[in-house]
Amino acid sequence: MDSVVMRAGGWFALFLMTMILVVAAEDRGFAVHMAIAGAAALVMIWATLTRTDYSMLARGILRTPADKSRYYDDVVRWGVIATVGWSIVGFLAGLYIALQLAFPALNLNSEFTTFGRLRPLHTSAVIFAFGGNILIASSFYVVQRTCRARLAFPALARFVFWGYQFFIVLAATGYVLGITESREYAEPEWYVDIWLTIVWVAYFIVFVGTLIRRREPHIYVANWFYLSFIITIAMLHIINNLAIPVSIFGSKSYSAFAGVQDALTQWWYGHNAVAFFLTVPFLAMMYYFVPKQANRPVYSYRLSIIHFWSLIFLYIWAGPHHLHYTALPDWAQTLGMVFSVVLWMPSWGGMINGLMTLNGAWDKIRTDPIIRMMVMALAFYGMATFEGPMLSIKAVNSLSHYTEWTVGHVHSGALGWNGMISFAAIYFLVPRLWGQNRLYSLRMVNWHFWLATIGIVLYAAALWVAGIMQGLMWREYGEDGYLVYAFSEVVSAMFPMYVIRAIGGAMYLAGAVIMVYNVCMTIAGRQRAEKPMSDADYDPAKDRPIVAQPAE
Amino acid sequence: MTYDDMRHFADSYGLVAMVILYMVLCGWAFRPNARKRNKDAANMIFADDVTGDDRDG
Repeated sequence: MDSVVMRAGGWFALFLMTMILVVAAEDRGFAVHMAIAGAAALVMIWATLTRTDYSMLARGILRTPADKSRYYDDVVRWGVIATVGWSIVGFLAGLYIALQLAFPALNLNSEFTTFGRLRPLHTSAVIFAFGGNILIASSFYVVQRTCRARLAFPALARFVFWGYQFFIVLAATGYVLGITESREYAEPEWYVDIWLTIVWVAYFIVFVGTLIRRREPHIYVANWFYLSFIITIAMLHIINNLAIPVSIFGSKSYSAFAGVQDALTQWWYGHNAVAFFLTVPFLAMMYYFVPKQANRPVYSYRLSIIHFWSLIFLYIWAGPHHLHYTALPDWAQTLGMVFSVVLWMPSWGGMINGLMTLNGAWDKIRTDPIIRMMVMALAFYGMATFEGPMLSIKAVNSLSHYTEWTVGHVHSGALGWNGMISFAAIYFLVPRLWGQNRLYSLRMVNWHFWLATIGIVLYAAALWVAGIMQGLMWREYGEDGYLVYAFSEVVSAMFPMYVIRAIGGAMYLAGAVIMVYNVCMTIAGRQRAEKPMSDADYDPAKDRPIVAQPAE
Repeated sequence: MTYDDMRHFADSYGLVAMVILYMVLCGWAFRPNARKRNKDAANMIFADDVTGDDRDG
């Protein structure tokens, strides 16, 4: 009983502290954020008081001992639900800002709904909320299964989950309020960064703790990818966010770097966020879920190891390709370009490894929509990792840089590779986590697959056209040496492509809505009565013996 | 150590050391008795599954 009072009292003290910070705050954003923290503390008081089993306390039992013979999957279940929920938020925000580009009136004339504030909301929601949650959830699932050990420190794992959601809420509300460090994919301000660092260290401890407890002698390769993701993101996050706050009661801070050093630090972080957040851990998912779903081992375990070390050694140098033709020294630009081009090889090695896992089971693409999603994800991984090195070549970059082509490239990677492999992992995990025989509906997975695929194709094709047109119009000189097109003319020329891109985004969102319904029904334990995806041919008319006919 | 020294180190011994380390780490997967270990490791994920495989593969 004392411990319950102590814990509730601790949360209450925290609540009072946040209220003091609300009063002392130097700007509106900081005050709102501290109020949100206070609200979170109140929720914790409520949870502490209502979720305690008082009858057990009365009998002197502090808590039911956990069943050590089962994996600890509560956090994985919450993570999957959070992933599915945040996906809708992120995709919806993306669709809305896509429509804003086509129809600027949708900025609604309010500072809170301008493109500049909603764009980081979209990028963070899809990368960190949707992507981050499935990464944390799937890593906790995979590390337990491949180590044959129960998750280490379940309480810390719960902290990781809720702490990460709290980070997302602070980041998202901050963007709308105009709190930003203006660093790509690292917009949250200093106090949110510190909070994320704490959560991330806890994540590291849980993951490594489970690895140490493993019952398998070998650490399966998926865990190598997950671990490199956790370690590298910690390094990138801390260095990129080195900053000095103006006041400890205010949200504003200034970077520790200046000028071109700051730019390079940002893109060293930015590109390695693509590498170690959007590629490496998703490959971990690939190396576990694709073999599992196909029911055959990975094509070449040796290739997976080479894939791993090549990405580790090469990716970290590719960042400068974001700064071609800037004040960055030429040698650094060339370095970034060369390493980006070299990266093509290990990336395709990994893609081939994933695809060839299906060798001898290619028919599953026809019969299993989850495998179909995985194959499409790998195909887009291959396409994006070919397009990326190509765009990093200086001559190509001079046309593509600052145009919609870059946006299209990012989205074919994000929607095609990260999105599809995540959806596949969700469909794999949900029946297993909630103890169901199968998903509510495989045919809905099929619908999701086609909506998403056609959506991506519309999206990417529209932005290829828009980007190349934009780049060519910008560089068009007349006979007198004047630029032929005004910026506004380029913008209005892109209108049809912007509309097509928004339609593609809407289709992708529609697929995700179908997923939400399918996941909810599966969790509820329902199974849709439907025709199976494939059946062996059967013709009742022919299913009979040949009877000898008398000659006529 | 000045920035210049660091650059010279990175261009020479640093680079060589990194390349050798990379070769060793990749070569490790090719050592003679690695074949069986790799095969075991690749199949290890199918040994478990209290929740999945026994139901619908």
